[in-house]
Amino acid sequence: MDAMRGDRLPRTLVAGVAFTGIIVVGAILVFLVKESLPVLRDASLMEMLTGPYWYPSQEEPKFGMLPLWVGSLAVTGLSALMSLPFSVGLGIFLSEVCPRGLREIIKPAVEVMGFLPSVVLGFIGMVVIAPHLQERFGVLTGLNMLNASFLLGILMLPTVASLTEDSLSSVPKEVRDGSYALGATRLETTFRVVVPYAARGIGSACILGVMRALGETMVVLMAAGGAAIIPESLVDPVRPLTSAIAAEMGETPVGSSHYHALFFMGLMLLVATMGLNLAVMALERRRRV
Amino acid sequence: MRVLCAALLVGVLGGAAMAGEIVMNGSTTLLPFAQSAAEAFMKANPGVKISVSGGGSGNGIKALIDGTTHIANSSREMKSEEIEKAKTKGVTPVKHVVAFDCIIPIVHPSNPVSNLTVDQLKNIYTGKVRNWKEVGGPDKPIVVLSRDTSSGTYEVWEQKVLRKEPVSPRALTVASSGAMIQTVAKNPLAIGYDGIGYVDQRFVKPLKINGVDGTPTTARNGKFPTARELYMYTNGEPKGEVKAFIDFMKGPNGQRYVAKEGFVTLKP
Repeated sequence: MDAMRGDRLPRTLVAGVAFTGIIVVGAILVFLVKESLPVLRDASLMEMLTGPYWYPSQEEPKFGMLPLWVGSLAVTGLSALMSLPFSVGLGIFLSEVCPRGLREIIKPAVEVMGFLPSVVLGFIGMVVIAPHLQERFGVLTGLNMLNASFLLGILMLPTVASLTEDSLSSVPKEVRDGSYALGATRLETTFRVVVPYAARGIGSACILGVMRALGETMVVLMAAGGAAIIPESLVDPVRPLTSAIAAEMGETPVGSSHYHALFFMGLMLLVATMGLNLAVMALERRRRV
Repeated sequence: MRVLCAALLVGVLGGAAMAGEIVMNGSTTLLPFAQSAAEAFMKANPGVKISVSGGGSGNGIKALIDGTTHIANSSREMKSEEIEKAKTKGVTPVKHVVAFDCIIPIVHPSNPVSNLTVDQLKNIYTGKVRNWKEVGGPDKPIVVLSRDTSSGTYEVWEQKVLRKEPVSPRALTVASSGAMIQTVAKNPLAIGYDGIGYVDQRFVKPLKINGVDGTPTTARNGKFPTARELYMYTNGEPKGEVKAFIDFMKGPNGQRYVAKEGFVTLKP
């Protein structure tokens, strides 16, 4: 009887904590939906998703979020293109190639990079990278998509590299041994056996990194330029959803359509990150089978 | 926060004069001098506690309407919809001018342009003029910097320069007054605008508008086209410690902090 109770208590506690988590997430979702729906009084869903002009506080407001979400996707996509190959490469290097002594230095260094406050990165983008881009490459403004994507790339590197390394290290020793026993070289073992074995883990590492970039606010607020246009080149300024919310929420009248439109953007971001999360879960499930 | 405000409010309603608590919320533009003035006031009147927060003009006004703040700091006048909402809740907003601000167009120190008319500024900001040579500068494109459409600084620009026309979507937006100076100082092609308190001539070059220099005098007498008043709103005519604080703010002791933070005082 006592043993039963001793078993039940931690289980109840853990279930309680987990359940609280679910309730909080559910409450946030309900809150976002409730706060964003009133915007539909002033703008149709179609107009918001495909409208090219974002003039929320004009006398006749326009709530076109097309440049904003395209900006979010563009800056995130570009940062993924720049950073993921390098991050995954670094993970593979750390796990498969790197001598132990060197790894003891690089791995903590990469992990410390993950603690770097994003506002510091944004500041570097503003005062170091932007003027450099202007002087060396003659672009109109250094506060642009390229600058922000580069910084976001740095931001996602530690997450992706260390998760990649983790999933490669968890490949069973038997798999490697089997490969070597068949006469494969180290290079062949790494790229034909170990990496494909850990592919799903690496995939979910990449998606987590992309989510980090998609939700990042400070870096894009400071370094992306903030012009609500659809970028036509890599050095055009963009205004991602996150920076629009952060910049506009403080000064907008609470309860106005603009206010509700900002919540709608939050909902869009939540849906996007949830989609990515589900993708990760689907990947993980397939791995288990 | 809201619970705290409500608790403070109850405390004030039950307290005696000059031994209460004042809650002040609103524009981040007023925050620096409101904060230091509040600290000085508390030192002089140990019975009074003032809590100051800067949630933005809109949030401050919302708090006044909801009755969760005594003083709403605002860098703009209340919008008609806000006044109507206040009335339906039985709140009568009363406006107190506590300082002047002067929004000055700025360019990179290397830019030869030193004067623009309001119309030229308007054409630059709406995207009709895109090259410096059209306004007497070199044959180089203009990089237009603006503030967020919901910031108090932008609203002045919108009223006095753009006059209801939308700013070009190609304009870059910077998130704060400090970032504006940073960005203009680093870009020879840029034009921006910022409060007089932030304009540091070591880094940026202020422009005249219609031939008028942006100075404290031209801000006070309204000659400078983009000067504005800064407000503290109260519910009804202020009484007790709130009145004492507003009087302090407008008096020489409070105005000292206005000057110290780079704004323009009510009197020279």
